[in-house]
Amino acid sequence: MSVLGNRVVRREDPRFLRGEGTYVENNVVPDALHLTFVRSVFAHAKVSVDASAARDLPGVHVFTGADVDLPPFGPPPFPGLNQEMSRLPVARDVVRFVGDVVAIVLADSRAASVDAAELVFVDYDPLPAVVAPADALKDEVLLFPAAGTNVAARAGSPEHDENLFDGCDVVVKGRLVSQRMAPSPLEPRSAIVQRGEDGGLTAWLTTQTPHGDAGLISGMLGLDPAQVRVISPDVGGGFGAKMASIEELLVAWVATKVDRPVRWTESRSENMVALHHGRGLEIDFTLGGTSEGQILAYRVEFLQDTGAYPGLSAFLPNLTALMASGVYAIPRIEAEGASVVTNTTPLTAFRGAGRPEASQAIERAVDAFAAEAGLDPVEVRRRNLIASDVFPYTTASHATYDSGDYEAALDLVLGAVDVAELRVEQARRRAERSPTQLGIGVSTYVEITNGVDEAEFGEVEITEEGGAILRSGSMSTGQGHETTFAQIVSASLGIPIDSIEFVKGDTALVPRGTGTYGSKSTQIGGTAARLAAEGVAERAKELAADFLEVSPDDVVFDAAGGRFQVVGAPQRSLAWSELAAQAKDAGTLAELRVAEEFQSVPTFPFGAHLAVVEVDVETGKVELQRFVAVDDAGTIVNPLVLEGQIHGGVATGVSQALFEVFRYDADGTPLTTTFAAYAFPSAADLPAWETVESETPTPVNPLGAKGVGESGTIGATPAVHNAVLDALAPYGVTHVDLPANGENVWRALEEAKQ
Amino acid sequence: MMQVSIVVNGERREAEVEPRQLLVYFLREQLGLTGTNVGCDTSSCGACTALLDGESVKSCTLLAVQADGREVTTIEGLANDGELHPVQQAFQDAHALQCGYCTPGFVMASVSLLAENPRPTEDEIRQALEGNLCRCTGYHNIVKAVRIAAETA
Repeated sequence: MSVLGNRVVRREDPRFLRGEGTYVENNVVPDALHLTFVRSVFAHAKVSVDASAARDLPGVHVFTGADVDLPPFGPPPFPGLNQEMSRLPVARDVVRFVGDVVAIVLADSRAASVDAAELVFVDYDPLPAVVAPADALKDEVLLFPAAGTNVAARAGSPEHDENLFDGCDVVVKGRLVSQRMAPSPLEPRSAIVQRGEDGGLTAWLTTQTPHGDAGLISGMLGLDPAQVRVISPDVGGGFGAKMASIEELLVAWVATKVDRPVRWTESRSENMVALHHGRGLEIDFTLGGTSEGQILAYRVEFLQDTGAYPGLSAFLPNLTALMASGVYAIPRIEAEGASVVTNTTPLTAFRGAGRPEASQAIERAVDAFAAEAGLDPVEVRRRNLIASDVFPYTTASHATYDSGDYEAALDLVLGAVDVAELRVEQARRRAERSPTQLGIGVSTYVEITNGVDEAEFGEVEITEEGGAILRSGSMSTGQGHETTFAQIVSASLGIPIDSIEFVKGDTALVPRGTGTYGSKSTQIGGTAARLAAEGVAERAKELAADFLEVSPDDVVFDAAGGRFQVVGAPQRSLAWSELAAQAKDAGTLAELRVAEEFQSVPTFPFGAHLAVVEVDVETGKVELQRFVAVDDAGTIVNPLVLEGQIHGGVATGVSQALFEVFRYDADGTPLTTTFAAYAFPSAADLPAWETVESETPTPVNPLGAKGVGESGTIGATPAVHNAVLDALAPYGVTHVDLPANGENVWRALEEAKQ
Repeated sequence: MMQVSIVVNGERREAEVEPRQLLVYFLREQLGLTGTNVGCDTSSCGACTALLDGESVKSCTLLAVQADGREVTTIEGLANDGELHPVQQAFQDAHALQCGYCTPGFVMASVSLLAENPRPTEDEIRQALEGNLCRCTGYHNIVKAVRIAAETA
């Protein structure tokens, strides 16, 4: 029996459960200097720094912008991204957000470096701050005067068809803000960098992308790539935000300036302003169709907040535009957007990264359209879903979906809930003007994983005991690769999972890799592992034929049992352990090592979510009563791990719908910089999740796998948002800002009374 | 500096600590017990949860000197002769952890909960674990693990 598709409990778990996780901060490094960053407390200001008092302390080193000889950082070389908007790793004259680095302090202990940092005097001469993206668009205050504008990039097409909504009897317009969130991995970032005698660096980093980080560090420091080894051990969650950062770069740079190892761990308060944020997209939509519910045209405009320094977020509206059509066959689509800089923490990819925004827009638009047309939102969806027999399907927003069965997902989610009974209960409460109104919301979604046709590395080697080593360019930050990737290799080789060592996150042990983001690990990294395993089995068959003294054509490999057998003579066979021992004796064991690279076009996971909420119309409080998720990510390697990914994704999507928002005041001062102030939900805030399995393999990789890390997030927010608005419909409320927390719901109810 | 004598995971530890030293940094940096993690600086996340005389505490909110003369149990002290504690085992069986960073805190908080209330309802579990935050699991499987542990204990 294949181990693929089984609920294998994770073999990495005992390490974590015993308190033996290998997080960077746990490393004991003798004689290390502790680094503290002095960060701007103003959103926009001219600065001058007097570090003399700190420098006078014994054992203290200080580096200010004037001391740092690194080139400007970014922006990434995306086409159309304004290249005048780069960041000095340590600000020299101007700071552009609360959190911008103005000095680096080193001392013998964490406490001593924090104490010394207090003695670095920064003189701030405040400049007007631009906080709202709409204000940035006015170009009245420029963050980068040399750029001449605050617009970092544009997405989509600026062409307008004046006749876009011809033939539409029903046209709805709406606006929503996919609000800024703090990614909030539980593990704050750490970096430890040690310089070797040869001038090379070893860097322990909390990153999703060890090879990318090594490339950044070697490039910026002018080192040969081979001179930078990045080790990314257990990482306590990433969610898109833990990638090559200015802080890691500076820790590495400092390690070349002092003769001791350097270590840094951020506090949570530092993490909340320094780790890049997610979302921050304003959306205006117009959806038109017939009064019978046929959708004909969709126009969507985006304004992306990139924060002070544009990075990945400036690119994300392209993904949002690409996915504008959602699961619907919409004949005419226009999608257009701009990304602008503001005096706030930079934004980046965060769980979903561009696709939740697309889903939030179209799913709200469809519900608004249904309400305007007086139709059932489920029926409007059904009428417009892309049919299951037309794949591959290219949308009017230029995405080519690989496979899907959207109506089946919708049927599955509706099959799990007695909606008719809920509607009866809802009608009763509406008739009674009950203070706790019931709302039912549905979303049907599709998303894109491995969005930019990336490749991944995988190598399988047979050990002399007949076990295997898998080296992967994918990186686990909690996703469970150590188990799922071993399952994939085990399925191809018949070697038990426990005899397969998983090696990742070390650039000295794995030659190449792209790391983990965009839900691409299994589909490309898992496939590379599988191809490498198959390559090893192929070579092993030839060696087995030699040892068994038959032609390779007369040997069959039993992948389930891990055994090479002579055709017609089952007693003549070799197990992996026997084959490896003989290969070792023959000096051919090294041939049982095969590396593969697998590149692929994107895949398009999909699903349907249903939320049932109770809204207290006197206080605005929303309680999520039920949440059912159907998430189809193609072939399932491990249902246990898959459900875990869905649960976590759904929790984040629900949290965006109901709880989380990272807030600034008008001067650009962040207001939610601790877990006491930021509405990170606990177990008491969330219900049990109900999941329904669905499995539609993709044809684009031999595993049939799509990504699942983000899909829960993408479907959940609009389902809950729609449920809240469904509950409030009798009160004339047609819009609630996200998050639909007590305050925002109460405000929407009050506005509707005006 | 102040002298403290604390029984940690059954072993008496005598040490000199700064008066401002938090218990969690005493455990991590002076005793090398790095299983207890630090996830925030406002006593919100519970990653640092340990047991003080058998009851859960956030070890970031306690000075090391406050533990003087008392017993502390950390995640490293939970397994018995190498065998996982029933709560640890239930966390693995129910897939109640992903990145693992919040896990020691959740396990310790759950042990404390079950000592107080051996048969908690789902709602009681959710309320009792309100002081611990997890970004990966959405809590569903953590709650399930505590139920399993309660049933098997």
